[in-house]
Amino acid sequence: MLSDQIQAKIDRELRKYPADQKQSAVMAALRFVQDEKGWIAPEDMADIAAYLGMAQMAVYEVATFYHMYKLKPMGEYTLTVCTNLSCQLGGVNETLLHLKNKLGIGLGEITTDGKFGLREGECMGACVDAPMFTINNKKLCGRLTGEKIDQILAELGSGDKK
Amino acid sequence: MINIEIDGKRIETENGSTVIEAAHQAGISIPHFCYHKKLSIAASCRMCLVQVEKAPKPLPACATPVTEGMKVFTHSEQAVKAQKGVMEFLLVNHPLDCPICDQGGECMLQDMSVGYGGGASRYHEEKRTVLAKDIGPLVSAEEMSRCINCTRCVRFGQEVAGQMELGQAFRGEHAEIMSFVSGTVDSELSGNMIDLCPVGALTSKPFRYKARSWELSRRRSVSAHDSLGSGLAVHTKNNHVLRVTPIENEEINECWLSDKDRFACEGLNSPERLTKPMIKQDGKWQEVEWQTALEYAANGLRHIASGAGAEQIGALATANSTLEELYLLQKLMRGLGSDNVDFRLRQADFSADGKQQGAPWLGMPIADISRLDSVLIVGSFLRKDHPLFASRIRQAVKKGAQANIIHSVDDDLLMKVANKAIVAPDALVTALSQVAQALDAEKNGKAQTASAEAVAIAKSLSGGGCVAVLLGNFAQQHPQAAQLQALAQQIAAATNGKFGFLGEAANSVGGYLAQATPGSKGMNAAAMLAAPRKAYVLLNVEAELDTANPQQALAAMQAADMVIAMSAYRHHATNYADVLLPIAPYTETSGTFVSAEGRVQSFKGAVKPLGEARPAWKVLRVLGNLLKLSGFDQDTSEAVRDEAIGGMDIAAQLSNASQATDQPAIPTPQSSGMQRVSDVPIYATDAVVRRSAPLQATADAAVPRVWMHGSELQKLGVKDGDMVRVVQGLGGVTLAVAADDKLPQGVVRVANGHAATAVLGAMFGTISVERA
Amino acid sequence: MSTPIIFNTLHFDQPWTLENYLKVGGYQALRKILGEKMSPDAIIAEVKASGLRGRGGAGFPTGLKWSFMPRNYQGEKYLVCNSDEGEPGTCKDRDILRYNPHMLIEGMAIAAYTMNVKTGYNYVHGEIFEAYERMEEACEEARKAGYLGKNILGSDFEFDLHNHLGYGAYVCGEETALLESIEGKKGQPRFKPPFPASFGLYGKPTTINNTETFASIPYIINNGGQKFADLGVPNSGGIKLFSISGHVNNPGNFEVPMGTPFKKLLEMAGGVRGGNKLKAVIPGGSSMPVLPGEIMMDLNMDFDSIQKAGSYLGTGAIIVMDETTCMVKALERLSYFYYEESCGQCTPCREGTGWLYRIIHRIEHGEGRPEDLDLLLDLCNNIAGRTICALGDAAAWPVQGFLKHYRKEFEYHIEHKRCLV
Ligand SMILES: Cc1cc2nc3c(=O)[nH]c(=O)nc-3n(C[C@H](O)[C@H](O)[C@H](O)COP(=O)(O)O)c2cc1C
Ligand code: SF4
Ligand code: FES
Repeated sequence: MLSDQIQAKIDRELRKYPADQKQSAVMAALRFVQDEKGWIAPEDMADIAAYLGMAQMAVYEVATFYHMYKLKPMGEYTLTVCTNLSCQLGGVNETLLHLKNKLGIGLGEITTDGKFGLREGECMGACVDAPMFTINNKKLCGRLTGEKIDQILAELGSGDKK
Repeated sequence: MINIEIDGKRIETENGSTVIEAAHQAGISIPHFCYHKKLSIAASCRMCLVQVEKAPKPLPACATPVTEGMKVFTHSEQAVKAQKGVMEFLLVNHPLDCPICDQGGECMLQDMSVGYGGGASRYHEEKRTVLAKDIGPLVSAEEMSRCINCTRCVRFGQEVAGQMELGQAFRGEHAEIMSFVSGTVDSELSGNMIDLCPVGALTSKPFRYKARSWELSRRRSVSAHDSLGSGLAVHTKNNHVLRVTPIENEEINECWLSDKDRFACEGLNSPERLTKPMIKQDGKWQEVEWQTALEYAANGLRHIASGAGAEQIGALATANSTLEELYLLQKLMRGLGSDNVDFRLRQADFSADGKQQGAPWLGMPIADISRLDSVLIVGSFLRKDHPLFASRIRQAVKKGAQANIIHSVDDDLLMKVANKAIVAPDALVTALSQVAQALDAEKNGKAQTASAEAVAIAKSLSGGGCVAVLLGNFAQQHPQAAQLQALAQQIAAATNGKFGFLGEAANSVGGYLAQATPGSKGMNAAAMLAAPRKAYVLLNVEAELDTANPQQALAAMQAADMVIAMSAYRHHATNYADVLLPIAPYTETSGTFVSAEGRVQSFKGAVKPLGEARPAWKVLRVLGNLLKLSGFDQDTSEAVRDEAIGGMDIAAQLSNASQATDQPAIPTPQSSGMQRVSDVPIYATDAVVRRSAPLQATADAAVPRVWMHGSELQKLGVKDGDMVRVVQGLGGVTLAVAADDKLPQGVVRVANGHAATAVLGAMFGTISVERA
Repeated sequence: MSTPIIFNTLHFDQPWTLENYLKVGGYQALRKILGEKMSPDAIIAEVKASGLRGRGGAGFPTGLKWSFMPRNYQGEKYLVCNSDEGEPGTCKDRDILRYNPHMLIEGMAIAAYTMNVKTGYNYVHGEIFEAYERMEEACEEARKAGYLGKNILGSDFEFDLHNHLGYGAYVCGEETALLESIEGKKGQPRFKPPFPASFGLYGKPTTINNTETFASIPYIINNGGQKFADLGVPNSGGIKLFSISGHVNNPGNFEVPMGTPFKKLLEMAGGVRGGNKLKAVIPGGSSMPVLPGEIMMDLNMDFDSIQKAGSYLGTGAIIVMDETTCMVKALERLSYFYYEESCGQCTPCREGTGWLYRIIHRIEHGEGRPEDLDLLLDLCNNIAGRTICALGDAAAWPVQGFLKHYRKEFEYHIEHKRCLV
């Protein structure tokens, strides 16, 4: 079952669209579930399908098409690092190296305490701030340096995870 | 009309058509994969790229509208280079396992790659592999690496079947056709995806590895399972039916086939097939020669006719029997002096007999359903009873038609329903009469007193255009069927519409034409079973599964002195019959079905009868001879057919008009207990279907449950999934209960036609439910 | 540098507030057209006169596009803003959303008035959630202040705007994929025709423009189209936002007139990092063919100049690469992007982008073969122009551009199994 909070959020989202176009809120609905649970399980998709009157498979298509949806747990804080050209030129390789060393994990992995997950992302539309990552798809941190990364991780409550 | 030129050929084509349509119309083929005339345009495979004069780049013929003076080149250098390029891309991730692929020999990709393939592949990278999927017992998705992502199957589900069970998940090169969390594809039309899949990704699971397409012979046949009369191509090898595919006919089944028609053939070679005549002696079954069995049967009949009287003999046949069989059966009975013959085994109300002006039928050509603007469907498990009628109505609804429903259950029809009235069976007549009343009030400017639903339905029907009232199996089996018919007639008259019966089985119309109904002094099916006869002749009948009241039917059989069962299978009749005569199912005999629209379709046997089974028409003919009756010397089934309906003006024989024009009385509701609502599950309708293992493995064939409104469950103190005992008369059975809050209160839905419920009584009537 | 037009609130502490936008003359243009009951034809004439060409990459004349909307259509029509900026190198729209959201709202309201549309959607790239939230707040602010909603500024004009957040699919920047996405489906582009102006969002007539395109509108209405046109050069009217990323000392977004010399922009971005030599420049977002530094240093940034040199102005996103850049590695990353982002419906794009990437990946990893380069070019020819949307072209052009100017470097890689640089 979708929590009351999620239902309320979806209802608010539904007001944006024509009454007979509830499916338009599916992207937001998936996002709300992911924000609440950290990832989206098939049961959640089935719940959303029922809530919006869609085929379950149609929800699944959407959830697997857009890459910011997480279909498995990716840590309490998922750091998504853009590795595209501007970021590559802007030094993302060092950023990644630093992150991997600091967290002791590679791309697609999560720290043993489940606190951090590392993902590779595509262009975030913020190229002049290279290199960058997003935290839980919410906060974009750019112009990263080793020092800045350490500071961000410290704020999120990490010691060294080696 | 628009003039264009394709490959130098001038073509006149309709404005609004596409280049590929114009080409096909002119007999010019353009390679394609994603395009399918019955599906929306995806324009994604890019195989159909052609050169169009003045266009800078090649255009997809499937999606490019024709324009006046357009010049198209399908074989120019530009076009061929584009097509070759696409073909190369299609093959890079394709496994190229044609030698072991089930689609081999009928694969669009294989055919085209022969024409376009560039010999050695330039692709030296790793090939993608796609995991096999299990999507149920009918459609195999074992080899999804072969999929070329044309999305025909997905579009079919969404657009034709009305439900999106398959989708294309993920994206780019990772795109995969799959179902949601490995669910099965349960659509009653799923098999069409096999035909639609241009490669060997979706194949027939029952047919897998059984034969290569070029080893098969194809015979034309006609569906024996529902009243649509779908055209079948029966594929055989070594005298075995290995698969069935549709024969296209836009007027009937278009290019589709229901899963029932497609996979029923798996029941033809069931181990339960009866292959030797048998007689019971001293309580033991013995295989005997035909001559012995037939003489035994003839003697028995003669004995009873001359002793107890011919009216002590009753003949029952299913409506899936051929016209020839039904005709000779009634002729045999009448020759013996009995008028007791009937094929309407699940019917309860025969009060229209004698008043009916012709054979009840659809009331219009099947194709007209696609052109309806408003339709009222009364008492029909539409999707399951008539998968392709449902699909036609679904397409009409998509184009703006309004579907209105009056029924006792509210199953999802996978289409937009404009209005519905869901009432208990005893209120069905009232619900329909309210519509008539509302129409009357509307017409005469009187105040509306009918229910809101009835007024809305009346409004929908009186909007003009093409209007129809269709009576389903449930309406036809209803104890007040004649009243429903009279009301439908009244409503159709008031709306300038048509009305008709969807028809339960392949020969629901043909049975009438064959005169397999009792004459004025005869007994109908219900009467024959209610007042047991001393002898019965059964044609294709499984008494406890094919009748309106299994309990009563079985009791009648058990009480009879003699039961002659003509059957393709050994079945429960071994408990009550005296003679078992192995007859040939529809693939092993020639015969005729007359579909709901009155179309007479004859077919030939596709294979020889199994073992010593014989076509029933021949068996009946010999019986007639043994009984020394005259008129049993036809040499061929065609001769039987011609005798039955040759020279007959079929159209003149069809009529739904009934003289029972009296304003029907509003019936009094039944007193206590719950009312039974029963459907015949889609894969329980006839003997062949019941023995198709793959169909029996589908979700639709699950053991029936006892469905009630949630509040009824509460009253009983049970919850969904608990076991309950349902009892009717002397019989009771314990089944799982399930909640369906769309059912009316006071109603229990328990299927009929299924072995699990065969101890119960009438399909309509009082039933009690208690905690198990 | 002249006074900024789109970034005209940047000098405030909180450039995004309604209050600050009003201080720089915000919503004057909307007030003007409503007050004067300016006719849609007159507005379209101004937009045509401005020479404004779509800032989303294709450079289609905006005034002309607006004139395609059916006038007398009964029923809903929609206006859609494309803020799905995700083309590597491009990040100008994000700054409009972040710093001047009301200018976008005003521009869209004017467009809505012109095309008689009541509902608009702004599709925001998923990764810039903060910008989405900023837009949500700005819309709420505008609604409260009567710039959105019913009876806007006391007139009978009604328009509401909603934001729709993307969630990680570059292809949704393609306008019909974007519409599918708003409809709650996968973002797979539609075959055209029919074009959005006749069959758009929910099947209704729809006009789609880029964020920057809309943001340019208020100035045009306030000052007249000609004034805007005069800021730029012939065939490239007005000012433009250029995103400069890569090997420069001071990456950022710069608002300058069309036709500004690249050299000058490079200076504004602080020049090539570490004083390195300029090697190559992608002038209009990652899909556009790369040009050698020497050529770029002589070019002006406008549609015609860049096209003459063999590339396109695209979104005006400039990616600068210095002498240390391995062109094989750079192309490998771009090809990976298109492979990753193909929506998967068209055969050439779905199968071809992966093939391209794998070949380039092999070359980069020392496993190239001499025949690979011609194969790459042949595959590009089989992808470009053969697909439903331009992502197929976008995947092919970089390969063609890199091989046109840097083929030697690729050959070196194949032969020596290592980098030239
Ligand atoms: C693959 C692809 C990605 C695109 N991405 C964007 C984008 O992020 N933003 C944008 O405004 N236009 C993008 N476009 C162009 C749009 O399809 C469309 O032309 C544009 O939004 C129209 O606005 P304009 O006329 O104001 O430029 C993209 C096109 C393609 C083919
Ligand atoms: S070109 Fe690629 S991204 Fe565009 S529609 Fe075709 S498959 Fe999708
Ligand atoms: S048949 Fe035309 S693109 Fe597939």
